[in-house]
Amino acid sequence: MHELGIVFSIIKQVDGVAREHNAASVKEVTLEIGEVSGVVPKYLSDCWKWAVDNRSEFMKGCELRIIPIMAKTYCESCEKTYETVKFGKICPYCKSEKTYLLTGNETYIKDIKVT
Amino acid sequence: MSEVKVIEIKKSIFNANEIDADNLRKELKKKKIFLLNLMSSPGAGKTTTLIKLINNLKADYRIAVMEADIDSDVDAIKILEGTGVKAIQLHTGGMCHLDAEMTKQGLDNLNLDIDLVILENVGNLVCPAEFDTGACKNMMILSVPEGDDKPLKYPLMFQVCDIVAINKIDCMELFDFSLERVEKYIKQRNEKATIYPICAKDGRGISELADKIRQEIKEWRE
Ligand SMILES: Nc1nc2c(ncn2[C@@H]2O[C@H](COP(=O)(O)OP(=O)(O)OP(=O)(O)O)[C@@H](O)[C@H]2O)c(=O)[nH]1
Ligand SMILES: [Mg+2]
Ligand SMILES: [Zn+2]
Ligand SMILES: [Zn+2]
Repeated sequence: MHELGIVFSIIKQVDGVAREHNAASVKEVTLEIGEVSGVVPKYLSDCWKWAVDNRSEFMKGCELRIIPIMAKTYCESCEKTYETVKFGKICPYCKSEKTYLLTGNETYIKDIKVT
Repeated sequence: MSEVKVIEIKKSIFNANEIDADNLRKELKKKKIFLLNLMSSPGAGKTTTLIKLINNLKADYRIAVMEADIDSDVDAIKILEGTGVKAIQLHTGGMCHLDAEMTKQGLDNLNLDIDLVILENVGNLVCPAEFDTGACKNMMILSVPEGDDKPLKYPLMFQVCDIVAINKIDCMELFDFSLERVEKYIKQRNEKATIYPICAKDGRGISELADKIRQEIKEWRE
């Protein structure tokens, strides 16, 4: 399953950082996930619990918090910003195709809480 | 209870894999081994194309193949019978893609007196594109029956590929497939992609594609 690979990748990074900081355990991991990043928060949460309990000694029972980031697109032709998910690549104001994504592609580990 | 402390990370969730992939590429560069990552949907013609390519290239290079079949050795047997080259199986553990760590484990099992390693990735157009395997170049095969609109639906796959082979061109009329259209869509996603129409069944276009790989190997070794 695709999200499981992502979760393993997150655990590996968090585990490394926790070790660097001589942490005893990791209590919470906060992610920032863009609406159109291709990563589905629900699927991440579904395999999170199993993965942290099985993959890392530091992370048993660790909570996952996901901050969703709304996707916004900017139109170069009319210089307006609009919601990507609603309107797609074509500007709803002037029908231009000269648009680019401002936010929504994020796939970040923001921070972790350790003891 | 000890106190809870917040540590800022602010890194991509793919960062751990990207670091592994860059390290693997450095190692390959040092050893002058060219690793080609081959991706496509199931059945687009990876194995058939590989056999034709290897037969074109095997006089010039020592070649190895790594197969990411989930559970069978069907492709490995076809490669061996079709080319005489031995393919090793990678264990994906049921995963729908390979990451750099799994690729490195596979390479560690190979005899390293080798010039070219081709990795047949898991058949899907989504996650293999998200996980850098550490390969020197990425190639994908889009087959005609899949339709010429696929670059629009799976943009990331076309963004990460240096070489795109359009396979099964013998079926073009049957599927209303337009080479012009597919090239336009691919270039919209990735200006640098080079596109090769081929028919792995009868061998059309294979020597052009093999020459492209020769050129990439030469540049990698410089
Ligand atoms: N008509 C036609 N059929 C082809 C061509 N290339 C491959 N095929 C057929 O397509 C089918 C799948 O080919 P494979 O080479 O096994 O495809 P694959 O991508 O390795 O498949 P998986 O490893 O199962 O994902 C086989 O029946 C091939 O004979 C082609 O150029 N033209
Ligand atoms: Mg195959
Ligand atoms: Zn996957
Ligand atoms: Zn506009």
